[in-house]
Amino acid sequence: MISALQKIYVKNDQLKAYTLLSPALILIIIAMAAPMLVMIITSFNTQISMVEIDRTFTFDRYEDFFSKPIFSMLLFRSLKISFLVTVLTLLTTYPLAYYIAFYVKKNKMLWIILMTLPFWTSYLLRVFSWKVILGNKGVINSALVGSGLIDEPLGFLLYNQGAVVLTLAHAWAAFAILPLYVSLDKIDKSLLEASYDLGNSKFETFIRVTLPLSLPGIIGAILIIFIPTVGDYVTPQMVGGTDGRMLSNMIQSLFGRANNFPLGAASAVLMLSSVCIIAGIVTYITKKLTLRMS
Amino acid sequence: MVNNDFIKLRNISKKFDDVIAVDSLDLDISEGEFFSLLGPSGCGKTTLLRILAGFEYPTTGSVFIDNSDVTNQTPNLRPSNMVFQNYAIFPHINVQRNIEFGLRKEKLSREELNLRVKESLKMVQLEGYEERFSNQLSGGQRQRVALARALVKRPKVLLLDEPLGALDKKLREEMQIELRNLQKELGITFIFVTHDQEEAMTMSDRVAVMNEGKILQISPPKELYNKPVNKFVSEFIGNINLLETSIIDENDKNLTLDILNIGKQDFNKNIFNSKLSENIFVALRPEDISIKKEKIETADINIKGIVKNVSFYGESTYFYVKVEGINKLLMVSNFVDQVSINENDECSLGINLENIKLVS
Repeated sequence: MISALQKIYVKNDQLKAYTLLSPALILIIIAMAAPMLVMIITSFNTQISMVEIDRTFTFDRYEDFFSKPIFSMLLFRSLKISFLVTVLTLLTTYPLAYYIAFYVKKNKMLWIILMTLPFWTSYLLRVFSWKVILGNKGVINSALVGSGLIDEPLGFLLYNQGAVVLTLAHAWAAFAILPLYVSLDKIDKSLLEASYDLGNSKFETFIRVTLPLSLPGIIGAILIIFIPTVGDYVTPQMVGGTDGRMLSNMIQSLFGRANNFPLGAASAVLMLSSVCIIAGIVTYITKKLTLRMS
Repeated sequence: MVNNDFIKLRNISKKFDDVIAVDSLDLDISEGEFFSLLGPSGCGKTTLLRILAGFEYPTTGSVFIDNSDVTNQTPNLRPSNMVFQNYAIFPHINVQRNIEFGLRKEKLSREELNLRVKESLKMVQLEGYEERFSNQLSGGQRQRVALARALVKRPKVLLLDEPLGALDKKLREEMQIELRNLQKELGITFIFVTHDQEEAMTMSDRVAVMNEGKILQISPPKELYNKPVNKFVSEFIGNINLLETSIIDENDKNLTLDILNIGKQDFNKNIFNSKLSENIFVALRPEDISIKKEKIETADINIKGIVKNVSFYGESTYFYVKVEGINKLLMVSNFVDQVSINENDECSLGINLENIKLVS
């Protein structure tokens, strides 16, 4: 009996694949897929009292979401902040990754490790340190006031959307560098020489060869940054103030003090789907665009 | 009229840190010539080609192409194009776009572009492959695309960096002939870098043999084979037997050498291609020695030996012969297997004086 099963197992590659996948698969089903399903179901329910939820199917929560302008406004702001974070991170990390990939000859790995060194400290501490830098009694303001350049500390540094974008861009930089570096490092140097040899300047070579060939890395970085930052609620809470509040903070309070689980779930579902749609569109457009450029 | 110094290199040196890759070298290449740079790896041939292309700037010296100084010109402005060793086909665009890649500056219309691409694909016998991507092509096809992409620019000079190295033997031989025909047809100057002497010999008008950053000899293939200027060239091109010898007597016209430990022999000094140093070698191509079982009456010198190995190559047979007083086995070749000599047979070797080369 056992040997018969063994025979089946040995011959069946698919079965082997699932066996190898099973630890991760079980974890994802229990910790990710199941809660997600519960959340989606809840978004079609109604909160009737502090602890009771009416399980009859209804679209009312989605109607609630769109009838109150604050929700759409916060969703739009979340997407806008994430978009700016993504752009800022790409603009700052691409040159770094480019430099390591093309100009660093020895100890590339050391450079990468150094680049990610700040990210060995906790996420919370890093966000908090920006408060220390940007605050009224922070590094920048103390220096400016101390040197007599200004009389009053600059208030616009902290507690706004700009501070959220800056903090998030810094917090996620390390995650962007790795995919960018990997895709740039893979580019065969003779391709760049070939382009150069065929009459293109260094800049044209970058636009026509390097950029399109690093596209997988760029898309990877975009997705890695954009998707999680839309839902980030720690950073806006700490450095965002009222101006920097994002939809995630609203969802948090709906599941907390506001105690409206179904509306919170509906908001989360809508946020999730808009992120998915946008990520898909961005990937598609970037691909089309870079192909045309070359 | 052929322009003899279409490409002119003067006093070119290239140092990488402490390593001298190219050592104060002068070179003239004619217009429409198929010129090969031949040498072992690390001899500086690729560096020289990259200096011509503009990827490396020489530490000293100047490069002229068609009477203009291009020494400090960037590759994109030079009238040369390169076929890379690994072909460097852009993987993100198809064959059509790859070939068009260098034509953007010429501001051609779509029809003109298509025509030029079609022409160049026809030239390399790859019509109908416009839509393919690099990963859908075989090594030989990629090589043709690389060639078409460079030729479509109608360069004054085509630089080829070991382009046949990655192909299998049969395909390589076909491509050698095709390349040669293409070059004759187009009349473009080809500069071909290779470490394969056979490749250089079959295609080139002239070959430059390089070692340690210097050019040792520039000659047409036949002359390279028949009149090597020194020991390195003689060994690098084809097979050769090198036998130590010593000068017994010397006057204005003649040298008397002790040859093959057999006897004295006078040589006219004119047969030397280069200055001779103390260490002189008698150089004999395998086909310059005849082999028979009995004494060879027509030969100037007769030696006895024992056959140690016989290698049959189809069109020729190689015999490795042990001769008393010579350390290495002598390599003797014979077209068609005329003589039935087997391993461990005694044999007689015949050498004519006119076939003896002296190198040092």
